[in-house]
Amino acid sequence: MNPLRTILFSTLFLSISFIGFAKEKETTQDDAPFDPKAMILHHVKDAHEFHLWDWKGSPVSLSLPIILWTENGFTSFSSSEFHHDDEGHTIVEANGGSFVKLHEKIYQLDAGVTAIDYDSEHHPINAQKPLDFSITRNVFMMWISVALLLFVFLTTARSYKKSKDGVPTGLAGFMEPLIVFVRDEIGKPMIGEHKYKRYMPYLLTIFFFIWINNIFGLIPILNGANLSGNIAFTFTLAVFTFIITTFSGNKNYWKHIFWMPGVPVPMKIFLMPIEIIGMFVKPISLMIRLFANITAGHVIILALMSLIFVFKSVAIAPVSVAFSLFITVIEIIVTAIQAYIFTILSALYFGMATEEEH
Amino acid sequence: MDLITPGFGLVFWTAVTFIFLLVILRKFAWNPILGAVSDREEGIKSALSSAENARKEMENLTADNERILKEARAERQAMLKEARELKNNMIETAKTEAKEEANKLVAQAQLAIAAEKKAAIADLKSVVAELSISIAETVVREELSDKAKQEKLVESMLENATLN
Repeated sequence: MNPLRTILFSTLFLSISFIGFAKEKETTQDDAPFDPKAMILHHVKDAHEFHLWDWKGSPVSLSLPIILWTENGFTSFSSSEFHHDDEGHTIVEANGGSFVKLHEKIYQLDAGVTAIDYDSEHHPINAQKPLDFSITRNVFMMWISVALLLFVFLTTARSYKKSKDGVPTGLAGFMEPLIVFVRDEIGKPMIGEHKYKRYMPYLLTIFFFIWINNIFGLIPILNGANLSGNIAFTFTLAVFTFIITTFSGNKNYWKHIFWMPGVPVPMKIFLMPIEIIGMFVKPISLMIRLFANITAGHVIILALMSLIFVFKSVAIAPVSVAFSLFITVIEIIVTAIQAYIFTILSALYFGMATEEEH
Repeated sequence: MDLITPGFGLVFWTAVTFIFLLVILRKFAWNPILGAVSDREEGIKSALSSAENARKEMENLTADNERILKEARAERQAMLKEARELKNNMIETAKTEAKEEANKLVAQAQLAIAAEKKAAIADLKSVVAELSISIAETVVREELSDKAKQEKLVESMLENATLN
């Protein structure tokens, strides 16, 4: 397939879905006692415990470890010690400090303080945020995805070792077309026949890492383990792409940034800041694209579900379910498309960085 | 605002996890898999090209065979033609030679005949001469006795003398 056409189509598709999302979000933000915005944000954002479902009024959840870097060094305790409190009421004493959890942020109370106080905008005034290395819901899901990826691809690799003629069997037969797709449709055309090999491990890893986490985000029981829709995740991957692009930049690449060949000198000076900004805009666009698409997908599905509670009517349920089913199906496609776009654009940037003068 | 502020912890864990995943998969999955796939592709490519070569060779062989057959046929034709020519030549030569031989024989025979004839004539001449001499002798003797008788004798003798 023509990669340019793919990008154009995806962009078009995504801009259409954005309009859809924006409208849906507005309709759900009315003043009903049920607060869809809070519910949606709660699901979309990271959390310190893995909430599965409510059973007879009390939440059933998986406790995850909280790891903090405080003045007394690393402090660690289980998230169950907060007893599902997210309003800063329960104070946990650990390693000589007192901690509360407020809107999924851990605060350390100042010495001698027994209750958290707020200013007029509901910001805590007598507590600081320590560095939070907690194994949150997203970190937990990320590790599950890593385990799955390792299992799948190490099994695949082993099956090649077993078959002497290199014929894929079992799982490898299923994974090979995907790997070959990344190689032939992303690596080779974007970077070039001679240099693509160096970048293949990175491209394959981000492609499958993003894809699997996009899919995990759609599984309802995992309750919005929205890793690939979290800006920290997309930020980190975009930073990796930026670092690799910058370090593989050859003379020609830097020349195009700082002293654009083939244009008059005033134009060269004019283009320099634009090109320098472009260097950073590229990974930033990667970061925002993935984050916004995945988060928007979650938001719309949750918003459609919220309609049932907003209208307080079961009659609306078929409509909600039908629409969210439709969106979910689209989201399943989007999981692959977004992984593909992130990977192909990364490859494109690497290709630009390593392009020879012509 | 929370939503678009990267949390430090998740950035940290993502970086660590991703590097770990990249290193492990690179060493134990991507390199072996891509290696195996490209090895197999190379194998298929070389197998295809060798098959193509074999096909070309086969074609060449067939063409060669055809050519050889054609040549053989032409050669046979040529040989037959040559043989036919040879045969005709031989017949021609034989005919000529035979004619020459025959002519020679005839000529020899004629020569022989001529020689014989000469000899015979010479013989005859000598016989005639002898006869003439003897006749003349007799005649001379007779004449000496009787003229009439002598004439009669000559006549009778001449009658008896047969010229072969």
